[in-house]
Amino acid sequence: MFLQLLANGIATGSVIALAAVGVSLVYGILRLVNFAHGDFMVFGAFVAVWLNVNVGLSILPAAVLATAATAALSLLLEGILWRPLRRRGARFMGLFLASIGLALILRQAIFLVAGPQPRSYLVDPYKVYVLGDIRLSGGQGTAIVVGAAAIVVVGLLLGLTTAGRTMRAVADDQALAAVAGVNTGRVIAFTWVVSGLLAGLAGVLAALVQSSFDPNFGFSLLLPVFAAVVLGGIGSAYGALLGGLFLGIVTELSTWSSLAGGVNPVYKPVVAFAVLIAALLVRPQGLLGRARLA
Amino acid sequence: MSTIASADFWAFVGVVAGIYTILALGIQLEFGFAGLLNFGHVAFMAIGAYTMAILVVKSGLSMWLAAPLAILVSAAAGALLGLLTLRLRADYFAIVTIAFSEIVRYVATNEDRLTGGSQGTINLSGIGEAAQYNDSWEQFRTWLQGSLHINSKDVAMLVVVWAVALLLLAAVAAAIRTPWGRVLKAIREDEDAAAALGKNVFAYKLQALAIGSALGGIAGLFYAWQFSFFSPNDFAPLLTFFAWMIVILGGLGRTWSVPVGAAVFGLIFAGSRFFDFAPFSYFDSAERAYVRLMLIGLVIVALVLFRPQGILGKRDEMVFE
Repeated sequence: MFLQLLANGIATGSVIALAAVGVSLVYGILRLVNFAHGDFMVFGAFVAVWLNVNVGLSILPAAVLATAATAALSLLLEGILWRPLRRRGARFMGLFLASIGLALILRQAIFLVAGPQPRSYLVDPYKVYVLGDIRLSGGQGTAIVVGAAAIVVVGLLLGLTTAGRTMRAVADDQALAAVAGVNTGRVIAFTWVVSGLLAGLAGVLAALVQSSFDPNFGFSLLLPVFAAVVLGGIGSAYGALLGGLFLGIVTELSTWSSLAGGVNPVYKPVVAFAVLIAALLVRPQGLLGRARLA
Repeated sequence: MSTIASADFWAFVGVVAGIYTILALGIQLEFGFAGLLNFGHVAFMAIGAYTMAILVVKSGLSMWLAAPLAILVSAAAGALLGLLTLRLRADYFAIVTIAFSEIVRYVATNEDRLTGGSQGTINLSGIGEAAQYNDSWEQFRTWLQGSLHINSKDVAMLVVVWAVALLLLAAVAAAIRTPWGRVLKAIREDEDAAAALGKNVFAYKLQALAIGSALGGIAGLFYAWQFSFFSPNDFAPLLTFFAWMIVILGGLGRTWSVPVGAAVFGLIFAGSRFFDFAPFSYFDSAERAYVRLMLIGLVIVALVLFRPQGILGKRDEMVFE
């Protein structure tokens, strides 16, 4: 039972972690808490379902194209929304509100085009991976493997490549990075692309794990994603990864019956927030965040 | 008579605008005056409505006693949340408050025995009992209709809601002109400077949050009375965003801008039901609900882009950071 819950937790945790890194990267560079990130995920999941079910592509190319489409949307919005907003001097509050407006527009547009009925991918719904006592659905297995691979790729990208290093430099101190010759406009665009790719991928994986989904699933995932971002320390990409996995595992394990009967599964999201609030009381700057600067 | 020309319909829009005025006034006090980014405001509306309904149905309390108690409970919940989270940085505070409002909604959805669960207050005293918490309110409204010679239920409600809303607006406007209000504004402008002058910044913020939450609770009471039934999904985060939009639409840091914002919001929200011309006529009624919310989203984005100070705000005094 314990191992099964742990495996479930790693599956949901990987999805949350991927999405959380996207939110955290954008926050680190633009001080923008992107409330529309959950709806970027839904966009990716629905582009994939359209390609998979209506166009007839198999799930793998559908997922790849949907992820790319989400990145394109993300980049487009930088051009038509975020850059004009920054030019007009919008700061934290203005950007946050604009992202709330954008989230409304995106989600309702998806409802309008795709309708409210639940959708599923054309994948074998009875596929089960068995590892000893653990049974994972096809979606969960995919989420763990693809999620782990994507996490490693993102880690390497941030840690070893020039693009990753300049991203972290801009996040640290935009003015100083600009003085050192970093083209901040290009770094910002690149960040949106990476964030969009991660949102699209996380969206398709989340949809696979849930097996049946409607346009509201992004919002219900958004708060655990935010919790992971905050838990890891806003703006810390590695923190968001850890925070996502940690939250996924903790929420699943909280239902373990040997643990004082376990929490009623409907309260899993509440557990995520309770963990978040408890952690913030001890470390107000997040697990890996820096202490408050003057 | 078509709906758009009916007095009852516009009275109803006015009632909703009044309830939103009270809800948004809480956010204006917390953010416009004290600089607190509370994105979980709808939680206090839920707490107010549920506390009143539960006290009336389960404890058999008189509604006239349950209502003030519900406002107190909302204020206490705001203070409790503040004690735990006010020391967080603004961005963390914003996210934790949204999380708080979702916790309240989850609890209301799943604690069937306390709240009636996802089916709402109709199940408060058990499934199949059809619980009612508003008998005293209906009596009061009937009496009011009789003494003012009003035929319409919604017009009577309009009178009550706006009387209370104007009273609360006047009270907040007066409070902001006291030394207490000036300290709040000082904290909004520069927290460290206020602290250096010996002001207990934490206590002032806590008071602002408690009063703002009480206003949320009052909005919740009127919501409960107007609709005589409610369920947890009536208190989704969307309502908090509507209230924020109203505050920004009207103008930040101004008391009397709130009803202006609420009226404009009411017009957009209710009026767009009647957009019969293209491109709206391409959509059926279910689809138009999506279009309406998209429109609200567009207005929020356009406001931030083109007029961040709102209709009545002054740009040099208050442009949000």
